[in-house]
Amino acid sequence: MRIALALAVFLTAGVALAPGAFAQGHEAVEAPKQPWSFNGPFGTFDRASMQRGFQVYKEVCSNCHSMKEMYYRNLTSIGLNEEQVKAIAASATVPGGTDDSGQAVERPALPSDHFRSPFANDKAARSANGGALPPDQSLIVKARENGSDYVFALLNGYEDAPADVKVGEGQYYNKYFPGHQLAMPAPLHEGAVTYADGTPATIEQMSRDVTQFLTWTSNPDLEVRKRMGVKVVLFLTLMTGLTYAVKKKVWKDVH
Amino acid sequence: MAGLHKSEFENPVVNWIDTRMPIFTMMQKEYGSFPTPKNFNYFWNFGALAMISLAIMIATGIFLAMNYTAHTSLAFDSVERIMRDVNYGWLLRYIHANGASMFFIVVYIHIFRALYYGSYKAPRELLFMLGVVILLLMMATAFMGYVLPWGQMSYWGATVITNLFSAIPIVGEGIVTWLWGGFSVDNPTLNRFFSLHYLMPFMITGVVFLHIVALHITGSNNPLGIDVKSPQDTLPFHPYYTAKDSIGICVYLLVFAGLVFFAPNLLNHPDNYIPANPLVTPAHIVPEWYFLPYYAILRSVPNKLGGVILMFSSIAVLFVLPWLDTSPVRSARFRPIYKQLILVMVASFLVLGYVGGKPPEGIYVVLGRVATAYWFLHFLVLLPILGKLERPLPLPESISRPVVRRPPSSGGGGPLPQGATAKPMEKP
Ligand code: HEC
Ligand code: HEM
Repeated sequence: MRIALALAVFLTAGVALAPGAFAQGHEAVEAPKQPWSFNGPFGTFDRASMQRGFQVYKEVCSNCHSMKEMYYRNLTSIGLNEEQVKAIAASATVPGGTDDSGQAVERPALPSDHFRSPFANDKAARSANGGALPPDQSLIVKARENGSDYVFALLNGYEDAPADVKVGEGQYYNKYFPGHQLAMPAPLHEGAVTYADGTPATIEQMSRDVTQFLTWTSNPDLEVRKRMGVKVVLFLTLMTGLTYAVKKKVWKDVH
Repeated sequence: MAGLHKSEFENPVVNWIDTRMPIFTMMQKEYGSFPTPKNFNYFWNFGALAMISLAIMIATGIFLAMNYTAHTSLAFDSVERIMRDVNYGWLLRYIHANGASMFFIVVYIHIFRALYYGSYKAPRELLFMLGVVILLLMMATAFMGYVLPWGQMSYWGATVITNLFSAIPIVGEGIVTWLWGGFSVDNPTLNRFFSLHYLMPFMITGVVFLHIVALHITGSNNPLGIDVKSPQDTLPFHPYYTAKDSIGICVYLLVFAGLVFFAPNLLNHPDNYIPANPLVTPAHIVPEWYFLPYYAILRSVPNKLGGVILMFSSIAVLFVLPWLDTSPVRSARFRPIYKQLILVMVASFLVLGYVGGKPPEGIYVVLGRVATAYWFLHFLVLLPILGKLERPLPLPESISRPVVRRPPSSGGGGPLPQGATAKPMEKP
């Protein structure tokens, strides 16, 4: 029995100590937690921020990054009306199949079209970006650990490399990228976009807005899901109480 | 034995059916009046919860399958389409994905219950072995299901796990090619995995049925581990245990809802939201959490074949557990040493789970090896010896009289001599 206890203590102590032993070796800097409007069980998206974020995506990010899972029609969910969505779609040109002579044609996009991809294929995307492939952004927030905080931190994380670090050809130094060097040049600079609502377009503001937008494209179900979840949990709590009372009653004569 | 059944049901329609096919009488006998030990604690909820989990997985799975496309170029997008365009598709998929985790949590606790209260001992050996078969089928099902969304972890997990078979001498490589249906994990692999993923839950349903048949022959074990002696020891299943199981189901659904609605990707790996790419290997390939302990055992052996053998043996020992444990006493409550050891065993399982999610280096390797060693030591060495050495505490006379009548000579509190403790183990 002593041996058993000693073993148990040894095993648990090992687990407790292990993470510390490896902390130094770890490269990536943890992204600081941000107070997002969509955090927590009652979280919702900030429509104004999402719309600004869409503008940043459209004017900056979409020059390199595709967003293949999204349709223009989805944009009604960020608070745009159908006319606006139609106009936004129509401003993009997408492949439109072939004409009667079999030639590939292009046409203005419709709300029922996927977002236009900046490059015809991955090879074209690579060759335009020094060999690196800008990842599709439809799911970028879900595809990274603590995605929203990470993307926000990444966009703000560009800085001069420390003296002892040699930054590779076509690479840029970023505090939050695992390995610290990536092929994406700092995409945002002060005033890169002009917001219609007059919000000053600082790097931090744009990052916050585009992250809000990207969190939505990764989790379009978030608001409905949380709203439903609150109701379901309330209902189940009630049911648990009720069931407990019934059980008590059924069992009261058993000893 | 041909002939109509004499049904006692009053409803004429029920009676008409029951006379010709007495399923109502059977349900009444097996789930209505079925005599059940009256001293169950909440650990006995987990069998019902496992049934519910299976039903939920099949129900959601069938609807997912209506919108899923098993082709390497379409699978990822079809899952995204379920998430975005199918009405409540996100709900279906999040229930299915988290349902697998809930299923494993429930089944692991269910197994712990069996180990702690000695439910694997005579006469329930076959019942227990059928349970282990269910565990194996579940593992195969979940593994193949995780491949279906065709993300990076799907692809690389499938590659790593199927590659394990290549460790088998001579025929290994051939087996792997045969499993893949080609020379790498590719479209034929995805197709057959989908087919099998759809099939296996129904095989599980079949084995669950046998599991229940066996249970209703031997009757349930109980926290005291002693046999039912008289009708006073039991209660009819309904309404007593239907009511008690309902509480368990509500709490289970609460936890489940917490995951699905508020943290649907907590147990998933972010890399699985990146489409599978055979040219890019993820930094760390990790299986889903419920496989981590076995993964840790696999990696604790430097030799591939050795690791594979050890990994499969870690579950295979459960098949022979009823014969490895030589103690006649079932419940750990009356086995002072076993009670400690089983906690160490649980600790070693948790440590293995933790280590399985870490890179195989430094202290993690050491921890993994110690925990692996304990796992086998526990089942293969300690349990067989323990039955001979341990002095069990005196067993109660019956479930309805849990008070121990101590013979005057034992001076109160001391263990009974061997002969006395063995008495309650007579055949029912
Ligand atoms: C000039 C082209 C270009 C523009 C404009 C651009 N990116 Fe990128 N981005 C890239 C490339 C190339 C990569 C791949 C970097 C690598 O893997 O080294 C990348 C990678 C990323 C990543 C993934 C980092 C990781 O963890 O792997 C994120 C997130 C990202 N970009 C966000 C954005 C956002 C948000 C914008 C708009 C504000 C944007 N990008 C604009 C080229 C661009
Ligand atoms: C024992 C029961 C089952 C278990 C443990 C199980 C497990 C899983 C798992 C772990 C996934 C991956 C989820 C993800 O991360 O996306 C999955 C996906 C899937 N399963 Fe099942 N499953 C079960 C039953 C079924 C049944 C009965 C069906 C069909 C009739 C089914 C159909 C599917 C489909 C279509 C997918 C792909 C969609 C997706 O990835 O979400 N499953 N399953």
